[in-house]
Amino acid sequence: MKKLLLFLLVALVYAAHQDVWNWRQPGPMVFGFLPIGLAYHAGYSIAAAVMMAILVKFDWPKGLEERETSSSRPSPPQS
Amino acid sequence: MIPVVVILVYLAVIAVVGGVAWRRGKDNTEDFFLASRSIGPIFFFLSIFATNMTAFAILGSSGQAYRQGIGIYGLMASSSCFVIPLTLFFIGTRLWAIGKKFGHQTQVAFFRDRWECNHIGTVIFALSAAMLVPYMIISIMGGGTVLADISASPETHQPLIPYAWGCAIVAVVVTLNVFLGGMRGTVWVNILQTTLFLCFGAVAVVVISHALPLGFCDYMQKLAADPKTRFLVTRDRMPPQTFWSYTLIPLSSIMFPHMAIMCFSARRVSAFKQTVVAYPIAIMAIWLPCVFLGVLGFAALGKIPDPDGVLLRMLQSYAPVWLAGILGAGIISAVMGSDAHQVLALSTMFTRDVFAHYGGHEKFGERRSVHFARGFIVVVTIIAYLVALALKEKQGIFEIAIRYAFSGFAAMAPVMVAALFWRRSTKWGALAATIFVAASLIATGFLQGKPAPAPAPLAAAKPSTNTLATAAVPTNTAPNLVVTNAPPSKLASTTPAAAKPKEDVIWQIGQGPDAIKVLSRAPNGDVRFLNGYMTVFPMVLGSILCVVFFSLATPPPGRETIAKYFDT
Repeated sequence: MKKLLLFLLVALVYAAHQDVWNWRQPGPMVFGFLPIGLAYHAGYSIAAAVMMAILVKFDWPKGLEERETSSSRPSPPQS
Repeated sequence: MIPVVVILVYLAVIAVVGGVAWRRGKDNTEDFFLASRSIGPIFFFLSIFATNMTAFAILGSSGQAYRQGIGIYGLMASSSCFVIPLTLFFIGTRLWAIGKKFGHQTQVAFFRDRWECNHIGTVIFALSAAMLVPYMIISIMGGGTVLADISASPETHQPLIPYAWGCAIVAVVVTLNVFLGGMRGTVWVNILQTTLFLCFGAVAVVVISHALPLGFCDYMQKLAADPKTRFLVTRDRMPPQTFWSYTLIPLSSIMFPHMAIMCFSARRVSAFKQTVVAYPIAIMAIWLPCVFLGVLGFAALGKIPDPDGVLLRMLQSYAPVWLAGILGAGIISAVMGSDAHQVLALSTMFTRDVFAHYGGHEKFGERRSVHFARGFIVVVTIIAYLVALALKEKQGIFEIAIRYAFSGFAAMAPVMVAALFWRRSTKWGALAATIFVAASLIATGFLQGKPAPAPAPLAAAKPSTNTLATAAVPTNTAPNLVVTNAPPSKLASTTPAAAKPKEDVIWQIGQGPDAIKVLSRAPNGDVRFLNGYMTVFPMVLGSILCVVFFSLATPPPGRETIAKYFDT
């Protein structure tokens, strides 16, 4: 269920990129100077960051961290 | 003069950074190519971001916004905000883990082991290197051009640093940094670069806003109110097919060898956590001010001969000279940051995937392999420099090659996904996809290079007197032009004597308005698919089909290999 919800979230954010409703509209100007099409995609960038934060929180590949700790190769020197 | 001094100081700092990194280095390939897989989370984010951000993020974005309006942000920036962090999350983390566990330093080394193949890996190496080399050459060309432009005297327009010297300075500084510092030196330079990048946009907007005679609101309302400039604040001239196609282009990011190699260099997988969340915000911090200033530049400056220089002109007109110097340093750092990673990636690939793989490592040992890598860096940079000098006038060819390289790397993403997530995938599926991508690139290049169809004469065209509209017309001379879709009537109206540009339909199904243009060429020569989709769409689709079909039709890798990668 969690995987399905996360998949739907990603699909929703992807679909939101194709904002056909803003295609030919210059306004309303957000803060008086940002055309709506530009403001929308600036907001979209923030939404993408939030989506990634949700994925990191709920779908982080924990197996990889286990591999990290159980790696058979010697640890490299720190720089 | 001040911008030149700022840039020269910056270049000296980069060379010194290489020297300091040299002292910290060890004589083994893992240290030279991957900084001993020891890059911490903050450095990792700053460096991987800089690896992917070129000078286009500042100059190209504002130049394209000047030509085509705000849609450029959605087309290039916000699609990257969505796709690149996802590829780092799903692919980058797995690459890191596999590299850490099995010692792989390149994508090809992983493919060879994962699919029990030898020469097929070499084919993938050859395609990747062929798509990366033009990128490296154009970086040196870009550095020479920027240094010449910034150092040009306002009165005589003669550059203080000529093109050839500019290319040489960039080539020498990059070589010093990479030769001495390897991955460690490159990463340290990237930190400076990203910091400059992230601060520049906001500072430029604030400074310019104080100097403009009108407010931002006035300029934007003016653009929106004039039917001839309204397209700059909408996406009137941006076909939805192009807009959608562009969401596939950022798939190329993780397939660029320098990006994939960066993924191997993180100390811990947790470094990806902060990176994938911060990445979209960082893209926005750079692109939003640059796109806005590009559109604003159209309203404030009117017609300018070189739209890619709009940001520089805005700074020259409305900002103190020190800010132009910082911009110059930022651009040069972007050029050199990505160039350094490309040179290092080519050296890593050649040393590991060819020299070491075919016996060089066993014969000469670890220490000599590093010497070989350093020698390769010098040789490849000298060749790139000579090409940059010899083919200066043919810069457009390299720019086209880079544009198609993005499609090529994006179309190779299904190969990586199959290697990481599909047990049943085989080396033959990977080979089929690689050959398909290479063939598609050759075919696209051939079609792009074909002479344009004879244009229809336009005797009755009425010349336009509107300088703003004239400046808005896209031209084929513009570098990095990715969308050229101004209505033909607009194009013609600016040049009464010029002929009307014509779309060249290569393959069409049906007739009349319902006809499907399967393959066509836009007036600027760009190849289009299915009524306007970019070639990246059929290339990615074809690559997926090749991987799936040929994998299912051929025997899978041995059980041991599958268990090695999937059952532990």
